[in-house]
Amino acid sequence: MITGTPKPIEEILQMLEPYDTIILAGCYGCVTVCRVGGEKEVEILASTIRLAREASGRKIAIREVCLERQCDPEYIETMRPYVEDYQAVLSIACGAGIQFLAEKYMLTPLLPGINTGFLGVTERQGEWAERCQGCGDCVLHLTGGICPVTRCAKSLFHGPCGGSSKGICEVGKDVPCGWQMIIDRLKSLNQMDNYSKLKPYKGWNTSRDGGPRRIVREDMI
Amino acid sequence: MLKAFENGADGVMVMGCLEGNCHFVNGNFRARARLARVSRILETIGIGAERIRMFNLSAGEGARFAAFVSEFAAEVQQLGPSPINVARQEAAKIPTGEIRV
Ligand code: SF4
Ligand code: SF4
Repeated sequence: MITGTPKPIEEILQMLEPYDTIILAGCYGCVTVCRVGGEKEVEILASTIRLAREASGRKIAIREVCLERQCDPEYIETMRPYVEDYQAVLSIACGAGIQFLAEKYMLTPLLPGINTGFLGVTERQGEWAERCQGCGDCVLHLTGGICPVTRCAKSLFHGPCGGSSKGICEVGKDVPCGWQMIIDRLKSLNQMDNYSKLKPYKGWNTSRDGGPRRIVREDMI
Repeated sequence: MLKAFENGADGVMVMGCLEGNCHFVNGNFRARARLARVSRILETIGIGAERIRMFNLSAGEGARFAAFVSEFAAEVQQLGPSPINVARQEAAKIPTGEIRV
């Protein structure tokens, strides 16, 4: 899922300064799962904003909505009948969802209520960790199911490097060396020969280097 | 919890069962963590973290419950009306009313 963290309330209040009527839009997708932008978070944030604004002597009217997904046009369309009745939309979906709303409603300012994070997993309740950077050319079959792009701090393809010590990466004592994990896993799978199958270099042309990416599936159109 | 303040409470008590005795195992610990978040929000927006507090007691402790309520109500009385109620009273130009817990 796409993860994120709430923006500081002071920052949100500052963004809302020019407005007196807004829509606060959550999303039932990823941000609900990582507890940062679902229905409950919409309610908490709406209450917080209303309280802060009323205490400061200037009330704000908030329409609370939660869309099925903010990254699909059919759900965004459900806001069309009323979106222009409000001065701005504060969205707590991921950056993709917020941008898609902005594209569809050109006359309404869109404000981000969260800081979008990474593609990750729920390691335990309340704790999420990064697993994939969407490099566009997956090698997990060669690396024991552990991503070198993400789990190696330097995204090396033939680690571990000299900064690896006792399984820990030099960037931090709580950061396991991704390459040590890969080697350990390959050994336990009896697949060490995969190490020599990795490409001598990684081409980043499928990643972000070519600018914003697009997928077109003729079979799906 | 925040809704209670929106609805005009000057202070909010959250009652949980005794720690280690929760029917939902760690429900009361989670409630305490959620309450800590709400306290931070209240502090940030100028309402004050001291207006919300968690108390733990068992269902059979009626006298203790009453003591907690009196204690907290007295503290909130000391704090006076919440900034929300002050703003509302000012907006409505009515004199400061009674304290609500
Ligand atoms: S808008 Fe973002 S958070 Fe919501 S479902 Fe789509 S990708 Fe996930
Ligand atoms: S190799 Fe690329 S696609 Fe595969 S998990 Fe890593 S970043 Fe994601």
